[in-house]
Amino acid sequence: MKVSESWLREWTNPDIDTQAVVDQLTMAGIEVDATEPVAGAFSGVVVGEIVSIEQHPDADKLRVCQVAGHPDGGQMQVVCGAPNARAGLKIPFATVGAKLPGDFKIKKAKLRGVESLGMLCGQTELEAGDDDEGLWELAADAPVGADLRDYLNLNDTIIEVDITPNRGDCLSVRGLARELGVINRHPVSEVAAEPVAATIDDSLSVVIEAGEACPRYLGRVIRGVNVAAPSPLWMQEKLRRAGLRPIDAIVDVTNYVLLELGQPMHAFDLAKLDGGIVVREANAGETLTLLDEQEIELKEGTLLIADNAKPLAMAGIMGGLDSSVTKSTQDIFLESAFFNPIAIAGRARSYGLHTDSSHRFERGVDYELARQAMERATELLISIVGGKPGPVNEQTSDAMPQAGSVGLRKARIVSGLSIEMDDATVTDIVTRLGFGVEASSAEGWQVRVPSWRFDVSIEADLLEELARIYGYNRLPTKVPDQSMAIKPHTESRQKLARLRSHLIGRRYQEVVTYSFIDPKLAAQFEPEIDPVALQNPISTDMGVMRTSLLPGLVSALRHNINRQQARVRLFESGQKFVPNADGVAQTPTLAGLLYGPAAAENWADADSKVDFFDLKGDVESLLSVGGNGDNFEFKADTHPALHPGQTAGIFCKGAKIGVLGAIHPALQDELDLPDGVFVFEVALDPLLDARVPAFSPLSKFPAVRRDLALLVDRELPVDDLLKAITDTAGEHLYDLKVFDLYMGKGIDPHRKSVALGLTFQHPSRTLNDEEINGFVDAVVSHVTGAYGATLR
Amino acid sequence: MENLAALTDEALALVDQAEDLAALDKVRVEYLGKKGQISAQAKMLGKLSAEERPAAGAKINQAKQQVQVRIEEVKTRLERAAIEAKLAQETIDVTLPGRARDIGGLHPVTRTLDRIAEIFAQVGYEVAEGPEIEDDQHNFEALNIPAHHPARAMHDTFYVEDKHFKTSGGSYVLRTHTSPVQVRVMESSEPPLRIICPGRVYRCDSDLTHTPMFHQVEGLVVDKDISFADLKGTVDQFLKAFFEVDAPVRFRPSYFPFTEPSAEVDIGCTQCHGKGCRVCKNTGWIEIMGCGMVHPNVFRASNIDPDKYTGFAFGIGVERMAMLRYGVNDLRLFFENDLKFLQQF
Repeated sequence: MKVSESWLREWTNPDIDTQAVVDQLTMAGIEVDATEPVAGAFSGVVVGEIVSIEQHPDADKLRVCQVAGHPDGGQMQVVCGAPNARAGLKIPFATVGAKLPGDFKIKKAKLRGVESLGMLCGQTELEAGDDDEGLWELAADAPVGADLRDYLNLNDTIIEVDITPNRGDCLSVRGLARELGVINRHPVSEVAAEPVAATIDDSLSVVIEAGEACPRYLGRVIRGVNVAAPSPLWMQEKLRRAGLRPIDAIVDVTNYVLLELGQPMHAFDLAKLDGGIVVREANAGETLTLLDEQEIELKEGTLLIADNAKPLAMAGIMGGLDSSVTKSTQDIFLESAFFNPIAIAGRARSYGLHTDSSHRFERGVDYELARQAMERATELLISIVGGKPGPVNEQTSDAMPQAGSVGLRKARIVSGLSIEMDDATVTDIVTRLGFGVEASSAEGWQVRVPSWRFDVSIEADLLEELARIYGYNRLPTKVPDQSMAIKPHTESRQKLARLRSHLIGRRYQEVVTYSFIDPKLAAQFEPEIDPVALQNPISTDMGVMRTSLLPGLVSALRHNINRQQARVRLFESGQKFVPNADGVAQTPTLAGLLYGPAAAENWADADSKVDFFDLKGDVESLLSVGGNGDNFEFKADTHPALHPGQTAGIFCKGAKIGVLGAIHPALQDELDLPDGVFVFEVALDPLLDARVPAFSPLSKFPAVRRDLALLVDRELPVDDLLKAITDTAGEHLYDLKVFDLYMGKGIDPHRKSVALGLTFQHPSRTLNDEEINGFVDAVVSHVTGAYGATLR
Repeated sequence: MENLAALTDEALALVDQAEDLAALDKVRVEYLGKKGQISAQAKMLGKLSAEERPAAGAKINQAKQQVQVRIEEVKTRLERAAIEAKLAQETIDVTLPGRARDIGGLHPVTRTLDRIAEIFAQVGYEVAEGPEIEDDQHNFEALNIPAHHPARAMHDTFYVEDKHFKTSGGSYVLRTHTSPVQVRVMESSEPPLRIICPGRVYRCDSDLTHTPMFHQVEGLVVDKDISFADLKGTVDQFLKAFFEVDAPVRFRPSYFPFTEPSAEVDIGCTQCHGKGCRVCKNTGWIEIMGCGMVHPNVFRASNIDPDKYTGFAFGIGVERMAMLRYGVNDLRLFFENDLKFLQQF
């Protein structure tokens, strides 16, 4: 909300400067977002009047004006190009010697041969408004020759405050003045809103059908208003400085009261109303054309101001077009009501609306304010547009809020704020804030909550008020006393940080990609999964929750390839979101991507591209960080995004936990990726299991190695062979490695030669040749039988 | 015996001339070996009288000794020279770069999250995590933000289609803060609690200073007699530890539905030290985090007795902390994942 400092000071005027006002409000919880001067720095500008005007002899767009208002008296000739320049118009007149914003000095000049003594100004040239369509048209009664700054009171500052949702009471000049008054112990002058006596008897019936939503409704007929009468300059200026455009006197007055007191009001054209006012909920199918000319289909339950025949206004949000005040309006019906915040909150937004009125009603308006606002608005209206007021018709329902009463315990002040606040300080703060002390005892107080502080309903709220006014930064500071009891600490789980460190050591760079991705990309990776879609995405390419981390990694790869990176290794950890039979599994996941040369370009190594086994080695080492790499195994597998011949499923104790492989050539083409992109993705949780080491004695006896070259079918997974050997070689086999693989010349083209090194060792004695031969024979005979292996 | 002196000189000269160990050994064999020329002199002792013999023997031994010592000396020198030659030959340019010297790195957000977590771990805060698609109950209702509460508008919530979710009633959102994790912890554990909840959060907002996803660390302490002073001290010490500066920290009243009293926290600008600069918009202060005392309604929603326990909570924007700590000037860089950016951390 914007408000001018001078308006605020009309209500309370402590002897402090602008900066102090700003600081005090901010430190009291009313954050000042910005301050700006009402007008730019200028001097020598007076109210001028165009006395006569004629066409410039040599320029179509220029005219020569004779302007009154110079301090020396007499008329000055000024050449002006503004389209709205006309005789009789009063305008800001920058005289010769004037300084305009930007340190622009006005000098005598000749424009196309015609002398010009000064300049006629628009709002933007004086940095005093946004209207850049020609000259700033001043009021007809503006005093010619007066200094413009004095006349318009331009030595003023606009203060923009950011009001938190609980402090709806501060969405008015009076509310802010109250706070400033409390802080400075300075009186706040209430505007006189004496009841305006009715001079006619006319009244309109008011029926509140929706009593919960509308506990109070006041209406008043005013007949014979002159809608053509403009609102006075002082009012227009205050509105303008609050960011509102002056419209007509009636709208200006209701806006003025809204800003001044915080009470949203509405004026209807009495002639358009059919019978009396009914405050009710909308029925299905009803429609209403709002002031902004959009026709709304009303949702059932929306609170309406209606007459006997039709909806007139969306209560507390926006009036209707048909019943609004127009140039031909003669009689008005003025509304001032209290709507329950719950009846308004969310409604405006559900129609895509947000108005000054809904903003206040959904936060809460002082429930005792409606009558005062009605009298204030009547008084202002009659003084501007004339007319005869009728009596105020006030209706209330059973749902009228009652003044709250809240207990405040001394012990709670001590325990909550760690301060012994003396009784006088406590009662001083609460009474300054408008609370009434209803009762006090040795234990504490019972205080009555003023009608505008509906945000205060529990003891904690009062603690905040005490802390706020006492000063958050004056309150003591300490840290919690805490137990030094030692908590359990498991060794069989490890932290993600350890896995991250491992990947970093293996030259992977961590990335963080968005959790929402393009649905097209999601479908390219996992067409069989229907991802969780956002109802209101930022853009369509961030429309669905990722079901895999791989699309994000591939996108990051592309970003970097486009920036000349030739070697990219990335990893990311985060949740993925996969719908399943039970709902949506949100699984913490770890994924990586490998692309480009195996080693960074250097003098020592030949340039070689990474392949599947570079990635697999990285993954296998990652799986071994916890010391239980044996829990994991790899099997040939498929994945829609991966090359069918270069994909492995990762299994842990029989359950599939992830996948690794090369990007599918088809997908590679679709995404315009280069060759040789390898990725892995694995559920994080199984990787966090760690083995608690268990010592086994070291054998002092020699190990014996035997090598075997086995010819087997090409399709036979070597892993099957290794498992079979491990199972049949006996308990003394302590190492088994594949040290060569050969396919090609010299052997059956359907076979491959797998060279294996078997190492045997006994813990407590030397194994003899016979025993070892026995183990090897058992292996050979098993693989021969089971896999058709032959010794090469 | 004049011959002995000549032989000795001859031998010594040859020893000195030896260019390698083989040559040296040849000299040894030739003069000191069993059949060596100096050894052979001993045979002449028989021709001498018994009186002359000991002196002559001693002279021979002395000569042998002299040559032997010289041989040892030269041998040592030659061996050393041989090693040195080998070393010289094996010398490499150690300034050439090593193999596989490159290393990956942590994302700056993770680095910052880890730093925050480590600081709080010092005093026993444990890390708690939770789902990122949350139900309305945990993201809002249990945090004292009922439907249509104006505070919901501040959250710019992403809503997700709920067709995949089995439990009906209540909509599903991308969590707008990590506070729902606190709720989940309070629902399932007994005080005292000391936790931080790091993670991704989502707001439907995207411009120069907002990304639709960012990271938060929420902290929660619940115990008997936790006061606003404890909150102030904790936040103050944390900020000083994180930025490693003794900057002033101030608390301003604010509003969050889940805390009462609530505060915004400002730290004296870490760039200009309060003088006023672009980073602090010339105020000398940087708004850094929000915090407050846990609202009794939040305790009640999680079945914790607000008459028995009190607590505080705080929320830290991780990207903002990283930007201030490391001088990053554009929030969006965090999610572009440009290696040139990431490798700076």
